[in-house]
Amino acid sequence: MTRVLEVANLRKRFGGIAAVDGVSFHVDEGEILGIIGPNGCGKSTTFNCILGQLAPTEGEVRLDGKVVTGMRPSRLNRLGVSRTFQLLQVFPQLSVRENLILAGQEHKGTMLSRLFGPPDAGLGAAADQMIGFFKLSHLADLPAGGLSYGQQKLLDAAMAFMAGPRLVLLDEPAGGVNPTMLADLKERLRAINREQGATFVVIEHNMEFVMSLCARVVVMAEGKVLAEGPPDKVRSDPTVIEAYLGH
Amino acid sequence: MTRARRLLAIAAGAAVVAALVFVPLSLGRYGLYILSLWSVMSIAAIGLNLTLGYAGQVSLAQGAFVGIGAYAAAIMTVDGLPLSLAVATAVALCFVVGWLLGYPALRVQHHYLAFVTLAFSTLAFLVFRNEEWLTNGVYGISGVPRPKVFGLSTTQPLPFYYLCLFTLGVVTLAFWRLVRSPWGRAFMALRENPMRALSLGVDTRRYTLMAFAIGSALGGLAGALYAPLAEFVDPTSFTLSLSLNLLMMVIVGGSGYFFGPYLGAMTAVLLPEWLRFAQGYYLIVYAVVVMALLTYSPTGILGILDRYLRDRSAKAASALRAAAGAGLPDETAS
Repeated sequence: MTRVLEVANLRKRFGGIAAVDGVSFHVDEGEILGIIGPNGCGKSTTFNCILGQLAPTEGEVRLDGKVVTGMRPSRLNRLGVSRTFQLLQVFPQLSVRENLILAGQEHKGTMLSRLFGPPDAGLGAAADQMIGFFKLSHLADLPAGGLSYGQQKLLDAAMAFMAGPRLVLLDEPAGGVNPTMLADLKERLRAINREQGATFVVIEHNMEFVMSLCARVVVMAEGKVLAEGPPDKVRSDPTVIEAYLGH
Repeated sequence: MTRARRLLAIAAGAAVVAALVFVPLSLGRYGLYILSLWSVMSIAAIGLNLTLGYAGQVSLAQGAFVGIGAYAAAIMTVDGLPLSLAVATAVALCFVVGWLLGYPALRVQHHYLAFVTLAFSTLAFLVFRNEEWLTNGVYGISGVPRPKVFGLSTTQPLPFYYLCLFTLGVVTLAFWRLVRSPWGRAFMALRENPMRALSLGVDTRRYTLMAFAIGSALGGLAGALYAPLAEFVDPTSFTLSLSLNLLMMVIVGGSGYFFGPYLGAMTAVLLPEWLRFAQGYYLIVYAVVVMALLTYSPTGILGILDRYLRDRSAKAASALRAAAGAGLPDETAS
């Protein structure tokens, strides 16, 4: 199996504090990898370092074997890496459809060809399809800011898939989403993983969600990787239990 | 948009254009000057509306770009070069300078960016005033000629007004195309959430610079028309107060609304004329009107209209929901 993403000895210090302290893991093509760990253990910081939103203090990030450490997020995205955010990150005044078109438009043509091309960058049909896939059709023309929290979460996820990415990093996709919608989201993610062969890395606190979606889980605590393996094995690991329940 | 509303919008647009073309036929010299000034200031405000309203980058330098355009046009046409060449030079020059002014915006935002652009505005004023070899200093450049267009002289106020109006028309169509293109969407993404835009492949750096460059180029175009309109340029026309005035036009009209700058320029250019009856108090009345408007509607004149339309559609929607919820037979719901 090819390794899509490799993180080697990643470190990120803020002043004297090491938020990420020598993290290494890899993700295989087509895999859904879960990252779990208590609050403040450095999961999101790891994401931000991988995606170029933060510059790591040390270490390397490799995409398909090529070093991409510190590359600008917009360039990484055009190489097929996309993400969702822990907090809501949609464009509130744009409609749901406009949000999705925006999510795909920079992957088509050049700046000049986009300026003189069609207003929807040829993505109108694809956006409508994605809206249908995430069951947001009745909301397509509303400003995204008017959607409920759960609906905005779905939109955020849909945006991450709009450009047909190879690797998607999802930061707590289930947070604040109601159970029905959650089951739906899980099903959507599985379908995209199966049909388009997209690889996922998922940060999540909802254990049930992680355990049912991921074949392999990385456990982090205090900026380090504590354990790694199939969900069942990890769950019964005494060091993991200690990290979650305290000493 | 429904068919009826679209037809209504087209009819309203046609009426406005017809009024702008035919009403001036009966206006005197001064009225035509005011309307020409409105067209020119609208163009400058449209530029600032792109930078500020659509892309969310605060700029207090739009007046400086009007000045750069005006001086470029004045210097070139007084030397006997055609205005078309002067306009092209002014637009290109302001595009480049605007692009360079965009670089600080990659690092600083909001009121910090306002201060950077304010400093640039002051710098431009100092160049206009002190570089006498180029700008003739405080005496300014007089006798800026009005051009011939296809052999027709625009020395008289009416033909020159039509030249300004035609330019505004071209800018309007081009700007409409721009904000509806993927670029328009990217500019708005920049305003609403630059971090998310970056993670979706939007090259925020390039779009920020573009927003400054295009907005400034429109300021330059306005300036290149202002010089032959006033037939005179001097440094005092392009102080910080012009930049503030243009900022006010964008905000009062409705920042980020397509038609905001037209209304804002109308308020700034025409309202002082209508308030002449107040004589010495006109500035006080004017200031109070602007303050009251912005307190009532921080999103400007078009914000009021937008709110009204949204309230109405929300009411219609909730009436539909209520009818559906009560299980009442209702022909509008079916």
